[in-house]
Amino acid sequence: MSNLLIVIIVFGLGAIGFLIGRNRAMASGEGDMRNLHSLPFYYGANVGFSTMIPAIGVLALWLIAQPFAINNAVSGMLSADNIEAAGSRSLVMSDVRRVSEGLDAAVTQGVLARDEASEIAFDTTDVRALLASVGVALGSEVSADTLRAAQRYRVMANRGNLLKTIAVIAAALAGLAMSYRATTKDFRARNVVERGVLMLLICAASIAVLTTLGIILSLIFNTIEFFRLYAASEFFLGLRWNPSFSGRGGGSELGILPLLWGTLYISFVALLVAVPLGLFAAIYLSEYASKRVRSVAKPLLEILAGIPTIVYGLFALLTVGPLLVDVFGNDGLLGVGWMSGGTAVMTAGLVMGIMLIPFVSSLSDDIINAVPQAMRDGSYGLGATQSETVRQVILPAALPGIVGAILLAASRAIGETMIVVLGAGAAARLSLNPFEAMTTVTAKIVSQLTGDSDFASPEALVAFALGITLFVITLGLNIFALYIVRKYREQYD
Amino acid sequence: MTDATANPIPGTASKGKSLLEQDDRTKRRNAAEKRFRAYGIAAISIGLLFLLALLWAIINNGIPAFTQTFINLEVELAEENLDPNGNRSLEDIRKVSTFGYNPLIGAALIAETADIETEVSDGDLTKILSASAAAVVRNYVIENPDQIGETVEFRLLASSRVDGYLKGRVQREDLARDRNLDAAHLDLIDEMVTRGSTERVFNWDFILGADASESRPEQAGIGVSMLGSFFMMIVVLFAALPIGVAASIYLEEFAPQNKFTDLIEVNISNLAAVPSIVFGILGLAVFIQFAHLPQSAPLVGGLTLTLMTLPTIVISTRASLKAVPPSIRDAALGVGASKMQSVFHHVLPLAMPGILTGTIIGLAQALGETAPLLLIGMVGYIASNYPDGVASGFLDPNSAMPAQIYEWAKRADPAYYERAWGGIIVLLLFLLTMNIIAIILRRRFERRW
Repeated sequence: MSNLLIVIIVFGLGAIGFLIGRNRAMASGEGDMRNLHSLPFYYGANVGFSTMIPAIGVLALWLIAQPFAINNAVSGMLSADNIEAAGSRSLVMSDVRRVSEGLDAAVTQGVLARDEASEIAFDTTDVRALLASVGVALGSEVSADTLRAAQRYRVMANRGNLLKTIAVIAAALAGLAMSYRATTKDFRARNVVERGVLMLLICAASIAVLTTLGIILSLIFNTIEFFRLYAASEFFLGLRWNPSFSGRGGGSELGILPLLWGTLYISFVALLVAVPLGLFAAIYLSEYASKRVRSVAKPLLEILAGIPTIVYGLFALLTVGPLLVDVFGNDGLLGVGWMSGGTAVMTAGLVMGIMLIPFVSSLSDDIINAVPQAMRDGSYGLGATQSETVRQVILPAALPGIVGAILLAASRAIGETMIVVLGAGAAARLSLNPFEAMTTVTAKIVSQLTGDSDFASPEALVAFALGITLFVITLGLNIFALYIVRKYREQYD
Repeated sequence: MTDATANPIPGTASKGKSLLEQDDRTKRRNAAEKRFRAYGIAAISIGLLFLLALLWAIINNGIPAFTQTFINLEVELAEENLDPNGNRSLEDIRKVSTFGYNPLIGAALIAETADIETEVSDGDLTKILSASAAAVVRNYVIENPDQIGETVEFRLLASSRVDGYLKGRVQREDLARDRNLDAAHLDLIDEMVTRGSTERVFNWDFILGADASESRPEQAGIGVSMLGSFFMMIVVLFAALPIGVAASIYLEEFAPQNKFTDLIEVNISNLAAVPSIVFGILGLAVFIQFAHLPQSAPLVGGLTLTLMTLPTIVISTRASLKAVPPSIRDAALGVGASKMQSVFHHVLPLAMPGILTGTIIGLAQALGETAPLLLIGMVGYIASNYPDGVASGFLDPNSAMPAQIYEWAKRADPAYYERAWGGIIVLLLFLLTMNIIAIILRRRFERRW
């Protein structure tokens, strides 16, 4: 039975449980709501929830556990040379799964009889041709081992599915029966239901923790796998990034330093654009601008933050890049010939800087507004001009917050992907010329993982090591920003 | 005292000390003040200038994608080519591939241009048409087999170069090194334009159509990836909204002050700042590598984006829960409601407009996100078939609008750049609509306590 059908059945049982639970409560209260401890709704909800929640829990656990159990049982049947021939255990196992799917397809399409599928022997049947006839194409001939494993796999999977259906529905019925029996007029249904709802709320809140855990675990496991294939010291200290595209094994140089250099250089250029513009914009908006100017200019600037990064990427690639070549290129206006192609550190940095302007300006704006008016008035009272007040009173008071905002902007810049994928180029190099193409950690994560579902080669796994580096750097910057804001914040109350 | 002011002692009031006249230092300070103010104005102007430049680039480059050039052509559906047996059986007609139709179209073009002086050889004439022209004619014949032997007028897509020339994107000098089209073709086109056999119409195929192969930019559309985005947004809405609201209710209304609550709070604020590409790695590792969900499916994309937007929704939901005054809760508790009842019956409905606003903004953010989708395989060229139904919409490989735009931006043919800009206009229209809805919701239902 498909999982969807099982879920529908469980929900159906839950709905029935709600109705009969409610009726039983009303009956036990002799039809008068006032005799009950809780509102009738809660009795019904109690029965409904007790029916559905354990059953869905059983289903989820089963779905997670069954593949592991079957894989362990079946992969013991595979001989060592079979694994050697295919390259790795997981490749043989995926073959096994395909063959068993094929056998299932053959049975449903009527090519094989039900019991024939588990009995066909290797030497009498051409399995590959048989499976091809039902639309399952196999990459290689099926070995005797694989076929036997696949038959076993299929039997176990079918049995597992049957058991799963029985277990889930049994759990639902048991929950239904138990809670139905407990439903009497003195049963404290509301308290039970509310405790259950609170549990659900806690689970939902824990998803944030689970997500972080998932990020960390998936990064760490794959990174360890990567460091088994490629030396960690070469990864962190290597000066060359030169992955081979031949697929498995050897010849790749995967040093992160050129990528980090590109990332930091582009982020630096971006901050060089965004920080002065954003800061001056914030100062003007909060100190000088009239209410009307502010109500127009601030939302307009914030549009820049709402535009998807792919738009900025395209803008960099097709508008800013060619424009910069026209100015700094070989036949450019300045005639300096610094720039040969449209994709460069400058292109990506400039566009990323535009994207970060509202980020810096709205954070700084909030912080400058939080400086109390009394400090300004004191400064004016001593005869300072407005700009002197800003420079000598407001900015020092707001400095920790502004530094925090800049650090957050830096973390955004380092983690930004689409602008650098389209605007910065693909060549990893260590160079000082901002008009040369360079590449970044994020861009290489995309290029190493796109369209790849096989994570066996160091060329694909390196993306996880790059990911964990990126994660640690951005997380570190965020925590550092919060720390600075907390530690150096002046309290003005 | 009065004497002193009436008769100032000569020599004590020097000329420069008059308040009406600025001394050098004051002048310097006032100049600095003016400069400082000018810096601020300049910073804002530069920011707005960038915004204008961006919008100008989008509109200027993208608008042409919404019109498309067609060439009207009378094609004789010759019986000997299409149905040599003459029995009009569909099977026989289907046997003729698009190659069988090319000569008919070629002949039609020769007839159409017979009275025009041109250096283009007869065999090269078809270059002004899209490679899809034969398929269009073939589909028509298969649907109307009784038209075989007649001459039918077709509206066929012009090739992307011709289209670009008529839109002013392709210049004559660009064609010197182009093997797809010669300047002679353009003279021919000019003549055809004056005779009215070309037509530029609104390009519905771009908005509703599927992606096309790399050599046919004139045929590519964003419709299928729009559906992919739509199914992803459904997943995000139905996963992120309940989870986000439940998490916020717990944190805002029930959570005790303890280590676990702190842990959740710290996690949510950190997740809000994790780069989006890291969520892509998470989606790849957890949903595809571990859970074996289908690759490139909108379901997986939606789940990944759910995790990404969850912090946004939680933060805005908590803000709107916090905005409901405690007197509401106290009143509910006072008339005998339980804590849970006071939250679900009173606080939550009052906070709903704010929650919805936050959700829409979170959805808009998810709609424009590209990087995580590339990692889980939702790249552009997959979006060439419409999903067959709701289940296939969630589970079959598809792309999403931003990933489709990225795919077009990467292709070598400049005709695809126009599509990419056009796709951005479509995407931004969606974002604009969502944001306007959010603003209206906020204006309409916002309550000041």
